[in-house]
Amino acid sequence: MSTATPSADNGNGVMTLENLAKFPEGQKVYSCMQCGTCAATCPYGDDLAFPPRAIITMLEAGLIEEVFNNPGLLNCVTCYACMAKCPRGIKLTEVLLPLVKEQVFTHLKEVPAELQKALENTMRYGNPMGESPRKRALWAKSSPVPVPVIAEIKRAVDVLWFVECYPAYHPRGHDGNRATAKLFKALGIDFAILGNEEKCAGECVRMAGETGLFEMLTDANIKLMRKYKFNRIVTGGAHAYDALKHKYPAAGGDFEVHHTTPFFAQHLAQLKPKLKKKLDYTVTYHDACALGRHNGFYEEPRALLQAIPGVKLVEMNHSGVNSICCGGGGGMWLDTYYAEKGCERLSERRVKEALDTGANVLAVSCPYEISRFEDALKVAGGEKRMVVRDVVELLAEALED
Amino acid sequence: MDILVLMKVVPDVVEELEVGPDGKSLDTSFLRTIINERDDHALEQALLLKDKHGGKVTLLTLDAPDIDDVLFTALAKGADRAVKICGVESVQSTQTAVKLFGETIAKTPGLLPVDLILTGVSAIDDLDGLMAAPIAQQLGWAYTGVVTQVALADKTATVIKEFAGGVRGEYEVPTPAVLGIQAAEKPPRYVPVAKVRAAMKSMTIETVDAPAVEAATTVEVQQMAKPQVTGHAEMIEGSPEEVADKICELLAKRGLI
Ligand code: SF4
Ligand code: SF4
Repeated sequence: MSTATPSADNGNGVMTLENLAKFPEGQKVYSCMQCGTCAATCPYGDDLAFPPRAIITMLEAGLIEEVFNNPGLLNCVTCYACMAKCPRGIKLTEVLLPLVKEQVFTHLKEVPAELQKALENTMRYGNPMGESPRKRALWAKSSPVPVPVIAEIKRAVDVLWFVECYPAYHPRGHDGNRATAKLFKALGIDFAILGNEEKCAGECVRMAGETGLFEMLTDANIKLMRKYKFNRIVTGGAHAYDALKHKYPAAGGDFEVHHTTPFFAQHLAQLKPKLKKKLDYTVTYHDACALGRHNGFYEEPRALLQAIPGVKLVEMNHSGVNSICCGGGGGMWLDTYYAEKGCERLSERRVKEALDTGANVLAVSCPYEISRFEDALKVAGGEKRMVVRDVVELLAEALED
Repeated sequence: MDILVLMKVVPDVVEELEVGPDGKSLDTSFLRTIINERDDHALEQALLLKDKHGGKVTLLTLDAPDIDDVLFTALAKGADRAVKICGVESVQSTQTAVKLFGETIAKTPGLLPVDLILTGVSAIDDLDGLMAAPIAQQLGWAYTGVVTQVALADKTATVIKEFAGGVRGEYEVPTPAVLGIQAAEKPPRYVPVAKVRAAMKSMTIETVDAPAVEAATTVEVQQMAKPQVTGHAEMIEGSPEEVADKICELLAKRGLI
């Protein structure tokens, strides 16, 4: 079974569903008191077939094969809500669900077409969109701030910027990239990117249950990054951050890693005097699952937004730990599959809440969310009332020109 | 029911193609190859038939960079045997590929007999679909192409062929036969990387030396060039009124209003 589980080897080998009890965090699974909070918190609770509570029952009853043979767990978008709410503190999304999801994925009679294409593309081209790897760094030409490639400058840098696939290829991602470059420059940070050599960090692949492919990507990226000298990695990808922070170390890639939002928040004292342009926006912030619930960055994005002159921050009904997943993450390539199953699109549920706040800007910190929410706003008829902006885009806009 | 699937690689058009210094061929320094998509469908069709009728599926390919990954993936999907023809350039003219496959099938022990040989009906470097028919001719077997469904019975295959305009025809072909596959009945299946890795550990790829064949010279490429850009889109910018004025002006200039 998986070698990509979050457990450190404690002398019992790699954690599997069979030897769970040999690991402290695995043993905790058996402390479940069947309260059902997990199922009630889950945004797709009704569609899972086996919510975490039921998975644990089946595991204890020796009937886990039945869970493997049901595609229901494809509806787990890996939002960390059940884990955040479990009164027993069971690491559901971190420990139990990945082990089960991997088996569900392997047992699938047919992989949903959109997901299959994304996996095949990631395997061949290193990005789920199936774009040429030779064009991965092409966006940098459009950046007014020069963006050096580490292999070309042939020297150590302070920050290695892990760009990730969506920002590298998606036009709306390029906007965020140009903003990030501008902010690095404003702070006098010495940075470089990996360029065309970078591959998908792989977190969405892992969350879909394709752990073998995740390991391939992890190995390739770690081998690549070890070639270069840098102090720390900064990435704008919320899931790339999650993978680099929590999964790469076990595979031998123990780097200091930051996400752009908390990274710039750390530099707020230095940044704030430079945020001179007044932005008359009412902003609501969507907490990305990977940054908020999984890593506790609730204050950082808000501190940055409030540092922008003119910005008025308003909160959605569900925010912070109660934030509702955009449906990306573990469900990134399953929109068509969910639609065919008749499930509500989570991004649409989320933008309706955002629109209800009366804000005219929906601020995000995960590159997937931009296109997901922009699409959802069109469906909800709110695209004239609200725009979606990465926090870095707003910061860069507020910088004095 | 045993099936032999012929697979070859073609230039991957996701990577930008460059014309080589001779002006007649692709620049191979940037070239990355990918399995011909229709050959992948031929493999899927063979696996679907195996799922239904049992039997063995054997793959025969020309050697190419990364071909082992393709073959192990096919083995992990359920193929039984993989053979690659070594000592050849990965991208061949169709005529040469026909000779290489034909000779190898005839001379390598254990590849025949089979009930069917399946291969892609065409490829991006063989739009006329000249692979399968000559191989059938060489073997003295029946051939039919543009196949999208295959049902096997004793000594016959019933196939659906696709024609232009959505017209389909049902044909009965005596087996053994060579079929050119347009599309499998289902999209090619996905196999998790973990299973491919397991196949790499438990299975092997056989190799045979390429037979000596004379390079085919039926068609000579005179020149190869990138398409010329002949027109471009112009974005009209400005306020709605300004844009409307500009559109009117353009239409008037071209005599349309
Ligand atoms: S929330 Fe925790 S304790 Fe309650 S049923 Fe779910 S897993 Fe068990
Ligand atoms: S991680 Fe989120 S989607 Fe998955 S089971 Fe838990 S609450 Fe549901």
